[in-house]
Amino acid sequence: MRKPSAVGASFALGAAGGIGLIASGILNLSTQFLGVMLAIALTGIGVGLVVFAHQLRDGDATEERHEFQSEPPVETPVSDRARRSFLRGLTAALGALVIGLAGPLRSLGRDPTPALKSTSWESGMRLVNSDGHPIKAGEVTQGSVVTVFPEGHIGDAMAQALLIRVDPATLDPDRAGWAPDGHLVVSKVCTHAGCPVGLYEAQRNQLLCPCHQSTFDLTNGAKPVFGPAARPLPQLPVAIDDQGWLIATGDFPEPVGPGFWDRGR
Amino acid sequence: MITSRISDWVESRVGGRSVIHAAMRKVFPDHWSFLLGEVAMYSFIVLVLTGVYLTFFFVPDAEQIVYQGSYNALNGIEMSRAYESTLRLSFDIDGGLLIRQMHHWAALVFVAAVFAHLLRIFFTGAFRRPREINWVIGLTMLLLAIVNGFAGYSLPDDLLSGTGLRIAYSIAESVPIVGTRLAGLAFGGAYPSAEIIPRLYTLHILLVPVLIGVLLSVHLALLVRQKHTQFSGPGRTASNVVGTRLWPGFAAKTVGLFFLVAATLALLAGLAQINPIWLYGPYHPAQVSAPAQPDWYMGWLEGALRLFPGWETRAFGFEIPNPFFPGVLLPGITFTALYLWPFLEARFVGDHEIHHLADRPSDRPWRTAIGIGVLAFYGILFIAGSNDILASRLHLSINAVTQTLRALLFITPIIAGYVAYRLTSERGRQKLKPRRVSVSQTSDGGFDTEE
Repeated sequence: MRKPSAVGASFALGAAGGIGLIASGILNLSTQFLGVMLAIALTGIGVGLVVFAHQLRDGDATEERHEFQSEPPVETPVSDRARRSFLRGLTAALGALVIGLAGPLRSLGRDPTPALKSTSWESGMRLVNSDGHPIKAGEVTQGSVVTVFPEGHIGDAMAQALLIRVDPATLDPDRAGWAPDGHLVVSKVCTHAGCPVGLYEAQRNQLLCPCHQSTFDLTNGAKPVFGPAARPLPQLPVAIDDQGWLIATGDFPEPVGPGFWDRGR
Repeated sequence: MITSRISDWVESRVGGRSVIHAAMRKVFPDHWSFLLGEVAMYSFIVLVLTGVYLTFFFVPDAEQIVYQGSYNALNGIEMSRAYESTLRLSFDIDGGLLIRQMHHWAALVFVAAVFAHLLRIFFTGAFRRPREINWVIGLTMLLLAIVNGFAGYSLPDDLLSGTGLRIAYSIAESVPIVGTRLAGLAFGGAYPSAEIIPRLYTLHILLVPVLIGVLLSVHLALLVRQKHTQFSGPGRTASNVVGTRLWPGFAAKTVGLFFLVAATLALLAGLAQINPIWLYGPYHPAQVSAPAQPDWYMGWLEGALRLFPGWETRAFGFEIPNPFFPGVLLPGITFTALYLWPFLEARFVGDHEIHHLADRPSDRPWRTAIGIGVLAFYGILFIAGSNDILASRLHLSINAVTQTLRALLFITPIIAGYVAYRLTSERGRQKLKPRRVSVSQTSDGGFDTEE
């Protein structure tokens, strides 16, 4: 009997892997087993081929480079003037076509500017949590934070806000009426790249965006104190209605979320 | 034999046997670094094969449904059909998880191999005349690979990738003057839009792969036409190529390589979990996962967004928002510089000659130094993409880590470039010293050298 060659042994290993693959299909084995069997089947074939290639090689082959030679161009029987007017006409027609295509292109998506400039918050709307429950003043204690939405707009990406109970003495006196009893509500959309500002550090009273680590100081107008954000989180003016529910007294005073060209207009 | 009969049959009808024979005689250099491009190509083939399988199960639809499936932890949770079909693919389709993980691993290896191939071309000067066109085509494929990778991992509509899309929207929005229109057109209106998943799907499985396929064909055609570069050596000159002929040696070796690449990806897919979307949960605009890192090839952009200080430009009610600088300007400059490099180098060095011999990095210390310096810059950005993980691992404040990385971003490239320059120019000088070498002719007509 002939001694088994490395190539033959390798292909045999590959075949064994293939049989393992069939078995794992029938026996419904785990992803791990399936992956290893597939890898063995492929490795067997791959190694066999590479070893075979090595055995084939008998010295380096050499190939010479050649310079490229091209046929001379065909002379065009068109005058310069005719060519210019042809090109001008073609350019005009193509230009008109491209401009005409702007219509269908516009249907790809409406200008989002109106949606960027205002949110669904309106005066008198109750604040609800992500389960839709309205929130009573005093329900949220100092040091905790709740994600709130306008009633009827749960999950609204641009209207989402954070209700944090803070010490009223730390609040901006100019906006004294905006956060009754220290019920501070700020936009949850980061002013940097729009991620939800999801982390609250109660000790330092800071909000941190987990995406790019912009940090906002709640004792100082939610102004950015670290990271790439350049603007404070807009504050939502809220009040307590006569039944004790927290309600908005209007929309955010400025566009929420990341910046855009004419945000200030 | 059946093959020769088929060959005769085709020859008598179409001809062209001599072309085939010439192609089979093509010589491929044996240096290991020439494998990198092949690894990229074979990863692409694995991507196409596994990707086609995935399309049979994935549903690119943002419609919200309530999950009732075999993954109990998410039962009763509202999610998009896209996310639900990815769960089903992972848990209820035999072999589905393996193919999905193989696809994702292949994407990571694909971009890595393209990148490594680019580095090889850069540091050996293989982009010089006459190969500038292939440099431009290769770079375009790198760009498309990154775009398609991002589009691909955004498709499952999970919490991690959804947050990535939110950031992408903000970056589009940040472009001066046309930004909001651009974001609206790309995403299908205001954020969040149900349009984006089906759109990314069309891009991901049709437009971009076809573009890559076409560019890859042209890339290879040019390679055959212009022939490979090679390192100089005994018998290896600017006017020839020494190596293995396509048939049969190289064919066997390269097909073997394809199987080995596929085997490696299968092993990774089986044993190394990747993108476990069921742990992230479905996307919800008010939720976010932390820490959140994108796939590796987006790491430099992520890091740039994190390191860029809190600046914005505002005047007359108009503004250029912060993400524009790291998110649009930096990649714009990066790829423009890469595209122009062969032409800039030729201009500055005044070298417009045809080059078929590859440089060794020590032959051009200044180029090596620039390359290493630039790599260090992007390396620091890449690390900065995980600054939160770094801070928690090292028990440092995120602020301290970020500030340090900001400083390192400018210091490291200078030091790395300087060290690279010193090392390579030192090596270059050593090589210039005369050496005693005995040359002898071997029995097959080649040459052997001995010091």
